[in-house]
Amino acid sequence: MATPTIDRDAAVETPPSKKSRRAARIAEAAGAGWKLLIFKVVALGLIDALALYAALVLFQSEQWVAAIAVLVVTGVANWVYFSRGNLPAKYLIPGLIFLLIFQIFVAGYTAYIAFTNYGTGHNGSKESAINSLMLSAQERVPDSPAYELTIVEQLGEYSFLVTNPDGDVELGGVDRPLEPVDNAEMDGGKAVALPGYNTLNFSQIVANQEAIAAIAVPISEDPNDGSLRTPDGSVAYVYLSSLEYDEAADTMTDTRTGTVYSDVGTGAFTSPDGEELMPGWQITVGFDNFVRAFTEESIRAPFFSVLTWTFVFAFLSVFTCFAMGLFLAIVFNDPRMKSKKYYRLIMILPYAFPGFLSALVWAGMMNQEFGYINVVLFNGADIPWLTNEWLAKFSILLVNLWLGFPYMFLICTGALQSIPDDVQEAAKVDGASAWQIFKSIKLPLLFVAVAPLLIASFAYNFNNFSLIYMLTGGGPRDVTADVNVGATDILITMVYKVAFVGSTADYGLASAFSIIIFLLVGTISVIAFRRTKALEELN
Amino acid sequence: MPRRPFKRYFRETGWRHLIGIAVAVFAIFPLLYVFSASLNPGGTLLTANALFSNVSLQSYIDLFGSERQPYGAWFLNTLVIGLATAAGTVILGALAAYSFSRMRFTGRRFGLTTLLVVQMFPQMLAMVAIFLLMVQISEIFPAIGLNTQIGLIMVYLGGALGVNTYLMYGFFNTIPSSIDEAAKIDGAGHARIFFTIILRLVAPILAVVGLLSFIGTSSEFVLASIILIDPDKQTLAVGLYKFISDEFSKNWSLFAAGAVLAAVLPVALFLALQRYIVGGLTAGSVK
Repeated sequence: MATPTIDRDAAVETPPSKKSRRAARIAEAAGAGWKLLIFKVVALGLIDALALYAALVLFQSEQWVAAIAVLVVTGVANWVYFSRGNLPAKYLIPGLIFLLIFQIFVAGYTAYIAFTNYGTGHNGSKESAINSLMLSAQERVPDSPAYELTIVEQLGEYSFLVTNPDGDVELGGVDRPLEPVDNAEMDGGKAVALPGYNTLNFSQIVANQEAIAAIAVPISEDPNDGSLRTPDGSVAYVYLSSLEYDEAADTMTDTRTGTVYSDVGTGAFTSPDGEELMPGWQITVGFDNFVRAFTEESIRAPFFSVLTWTFVFAFLSVFTCFAMGLFLAIVFNDPRMKSKKYYRLIMILPYAFPGFLSALVWAGMMNQEFGYINVVLFNGADIPWLTNEWLAKFSILLVNLWLGFPYMFLICTGALQSIPDDVQEAAKVDGASAWQIFKSIKLPLLFVAVAPLLIASFAYNFNNFSLIYMLTGGGPRDVTADVNVGATDILITMVYKVAFVGSTADYGLASAFSIIIFLLVGTISVIAFRRTKALEELN
Repeated sequence: MPRRPFKRYFRETGWRHLIGIAVAVFAIFPLLYVFSASLNPGGTLLTANALFSNVSLQSYIDLFGSERQPYGAWFLNTLVIGLATAAGTVILGALAAYSFSRMRFTGRRFGLTTLLVVQMFPQMLAMVAIFLLMVQISEIFPAIGLNTQIGLIMVYLGGALGVNTYLMYGFFNTIPSSIDEAAKIDGAGHARIFFTIILRLVAPILAVVGLLSFIGTSSEFVLASIILIDPDKQTLAVGLYKFISDEFSKNWSLFAAGAVLAAVLPVALFLALQRYIVGGLTAGSVK
């Protein structure tokens, strides 16, 4: 940028007249670095083009809220960058956009999900649940008439071009019920091609057999009319669902058994004796997930044991690491000792080594049958380091000590060295013993310095996912529990397992756990930070 | 200086060395173990117990030849994702810190406090919501949705402000604002002051934030594991974990070689920038 810009702050401070504002604008436009201006226009132009495209696509897929949000945000950004002033906003907007979407919005979204039954079997709308129930219960109607079929393709999407038993030609596809067409090319009473569509030949049908066999074309808008499916790509048959949906009564009836399943507000069609048809749909369940966590026996018991262990683990890991770090800091904080820096270099290696790798390496060393610790150090003993409930907890604390003591050692050394010498000289003159000096002078001063770090460390360990997940996987598994948890699981690994591990996912419950963790950590941190007055240092 | 008698030497400093040696062994042993295992060609967990009995670089070569675990791709992905996130974090954080440090505006204090509060809800807690959001994005914009690295980088950038802004804000405050004023008098605009003067003066904190962000991102597991699905799109943390949980004891030396290579860069960076990091730690960041 070769040319200078004028001082905007000054322009803001003295309320300028209209004339002088205009003069300032012209002066700035003349001197405000045309390269910068071009850069600004090009960058914003690109962003606007992308945003416009995104909004159009969103409108097309009927995501109204998202589309409007994109337009509003882009509009605000344009206004901010092309207007005078708004200087802070110019610097804050880029980070704020990401923060708003991927931190604040998702936090709110987590809260929303916690109040729904979102998860396996409940991940869509009621309408799509009805459709997929009807589809999954479809059976070929015995002796039903055959529809002559030609499979046509347009833009990668297959359609059925059928000639029905009455000789009428109709076209339909997945989610597009049959509709009559009149310009089809006929060959011996069978429609074989349609302008604008490619007709699949035999080898193409064979190559895409699976996809074609999965297509079910609804005969009409009413799902009870059934749909057409084809076993071979040349003839289609009517398939009817053994379930019948009664729109007025909002019930599903199984035509074979006569059982009536109705919507009783649990997000699935339920029979009078409590049997649910899956898939269901997503509904808001209020505080159900929280209530389940605290009352439903098969979840409550594991939840409380996990909660207790999370606190014990977080507390003990801070305590052990701090104790060892402080002890080492005191041992090495002696001017007479030589080659301290070599020890220090070796000791911070565990801290520099990526945490997830450390946990995996230790998991190998602690392996019951082949691990170094059992085979070599304990001479072939069979100690279940990671598979016995209590030993697994001990192992986790040990490995965490290995990972965490260098950090505590570093901050304790720093804090110790910042305590002035004359304080302890004075105490010595007054006849205090080394222990008294440590206990009554050094330790309190040290705590003032490191207390905020200890709180942060507590919060970090409260969510120390990779150590637990990589070392024990949360195991050994508690087989009596309804949720997938083990003896060493902490809350955050429990959230992960409930949502992403195993064949079923309960996003609602997992999010409820997330909210509980947030409330716990947040409360503890706020109380503790209040005490250490860290917040008051903001200026 | 006269030699101290051994007894006195031991009482004063000798015992400190004994503790130092014990702790050093504790600290370095797992690292030596994994290094030795990586040099043991085709070794299992059991054969890895004979330390340094068999030295060859075969495992490191095999690492890049295996089709089932595309280690090279993982390594590259981790580098790309880590570097992109670190660069983005530094830029976004520096912009925000500059405005908080140099400008006075309504909502400034509120903004700073909000950043602190927002940090109490780490992104990891929102994993379910992030996953579902990415699923929805990928239905409409597959290029930035689930199973894309751009998507993952965007998610990471959501956490770019927060702690980083704090670290930088503190450092920006130590640069005297008389420098800005002098430049202003000389006719420099705010953008020019920021890009050509301030950014140079705060380079050390930019390096620290970038480094912490790179190290943090490259070993992040939760979000990477739920967003990246294809094996050749995954990062080292996800890939190595899956590899080791699938066939734990069989291919131990291969895993060890992968771990050593994965650790070289973070450890080297860490040691090289030790001074800054230790300074940054006492300013309140946690690994």
